[in-house]
Amino acid sequence: MTAPTDLELRAPIAPAVSIAGVSKVFGSGSASVVALDRVSIDVEPGEFVCLLGASGCGKSTLLNLVAGLDRPTSGQIDVRANRTGLMFQEAALFPWLTARGNIELALKLAGAGRDERRRRTDQLLEMVHLGDFAKRRPHELSGGMRQRVALARALAQDAQVLLMDEPFGALDAMTRDRLHDELETVWRETAKTVIFVTHNVREAIRLGDRVVLLAPRPGRVAEIFPVDIARPRRIDSTPVATLAATITDRLRTEADNGR
Amino acid sequence: MAVDVADARVFTELRSKPTRRKIWPLVWPKLLAVAIFIAAWQLLVWSGWKPEYVIPSPFTVLDQLFHDLGSLAGPVGVTMRRAAVGYSLAILIGGAVGLAVARVRVLRIAIGSMITGLQTMPSVAWVPLAIVLFQLSERAILFVVILGAAPSIANGIIDGVDNVPPLLMRAGRVLGAQGFSALRYVVVPAALPSVISGLKQGWAFAWRSLMAGELITVFPGHLGIAQTLNSAYQNADFVGVYEAMIVIFVLGVVIDALFFGTIERAVRRRYGLVDAAAA
Repeated sequence: MTAPTDLELRAPIAPAVSIAGVSKVFGSGSASVVALDRVSIDVEPGEFVCLLGASGCGKSTLLNLVAGLDRPTSGQIDVRANRTGLMFQEAALFPWLTARGNIELALKLAGAGRDERRRRTDQLLEMVHLGDFAKRRPHELSGGMRQRVALARALAQDAQVLLMDEPFGALDAMTRDRLHDELETVWRETAKTVIFVTHNVREAIRLGDRVVLLAPRPGRVAEIFPVDIARPRRIDSTPVATLAATITDRLRTEADNGR
Repeated sequence: MAVDVADARVFTELRSKPTRRKIWPLVWPKLLAVAIFIAAWQLLVWSGWKPEYVIPSPFTVLDQLFHDLGSLAGPVGVTMRRAAVGYSLAILIGGAVGLAVARVRVLRIAIGSMITGLQTMPSVAWVPLAIVLFQLSERAILFVVILGAAPSIANGIIDGVDNVPPLLMRAGRVLGAQGFSALRYVVVPAALPSVISGLKQGWAFAWRSLMAGELITVFPGHLGIAQTLNSAYQNADFVGVYEAMIVIFVLGVVIDALFFGTIERAVRRRYGLVDAAAA
């Protein structure tokens, strides 16, 4: 349960995020619910890991723990990064600020000076293809555009680890498909470590270097699937569909076991 | 990679602002309503229901009003100065109380519901106490105005702070906004629409309280517009009564609708709180 403190004892590359025997219990006594049961995952620097599972498997809980928004009941989480960026299913943009203003505020809270804020915001808006929409307010943007601003805002924090909680879950398939391409490009260009939560099997395979399948009640790691499909991938390609079938079968088994 | 056509179309639709062509449809119903009101008034005069010195013709009143604009400027000035001072003090006091109650749990439990209760208290009911405390004076009138307006202003702040969406608080926290910076960058802007509604409502109460205060608290020296109304009534100058009432009504509408209404609409549009397609 206790992680070694001596770095020499670790693997050649220290993981960017190390989740070791983490359990999370909500409530106490007979009313308590075990949300996570001894979950262990190591995420390497620059790796894209997808946490996949049905609702109730504790994937969002795990993400909150990594983000430091909550504490594990037992076990240890080590994040070797200056900080973590977090993106939600809702864009959660500040409605009184423009797209530019939302990104600049993130930079301001991260301590950036005025000139740097301006320069970085321009870069980030270009990166998510919203250069022409800098002055629009969230309610003037489509759902996909809002999530792009949210992505740019998360990137603005310059966190080495980016946590994403079903960020494209509320978008239509076409928009989601395009955002997958953009996220992949951004990830390649910035070399960030990404932990991406989803309940969409194909989305997990489309994006992840590895897919961590979580089983529900209590939330635990059922299996970890490496995704050996060359990038750039297409969500409707045969290799993705084949692996999706395998993982879906495994998901069904887990769901039946958990019943 | 260009933004797709659908996005661009939505964007254009949402950005289209009311043009000159869209203003007339907003104006003519109002003008028509005023015309119908004046016509109904004139018909009432012609019906002979009351003698013409009690209900004079609207044109007599408007004509007289036009002639008296100069002499009404003085009382209007006195009243507006009282309104400005009283309302400003109400903002200071209501603002401080509102912030304190919104942030301090004990205060919330102690006086939170009382502030809402105070709002329902008719301002005329404060006048006798005001006179006992401050005699027939400027301060008595201001006392009534402040008690009328401050609860609404405080409530606007409390509601605003209470209803900051938790998701935005969480987003702020993730971005590193904690303590004072969370207040400054998340809570205050998120509460702004509600605060402005409170200020608008506070103004309406301040104006009513001011009229009640002026009507009852008559003292020599500075006479406000409601005191002009009162003395016209005392002198059986009924045209003067109508004149003063029209001035009071117009001042109230102009400040409430044009000033506060415009600010409120601008903020709500900016925050995306109105249906942009209908705006």
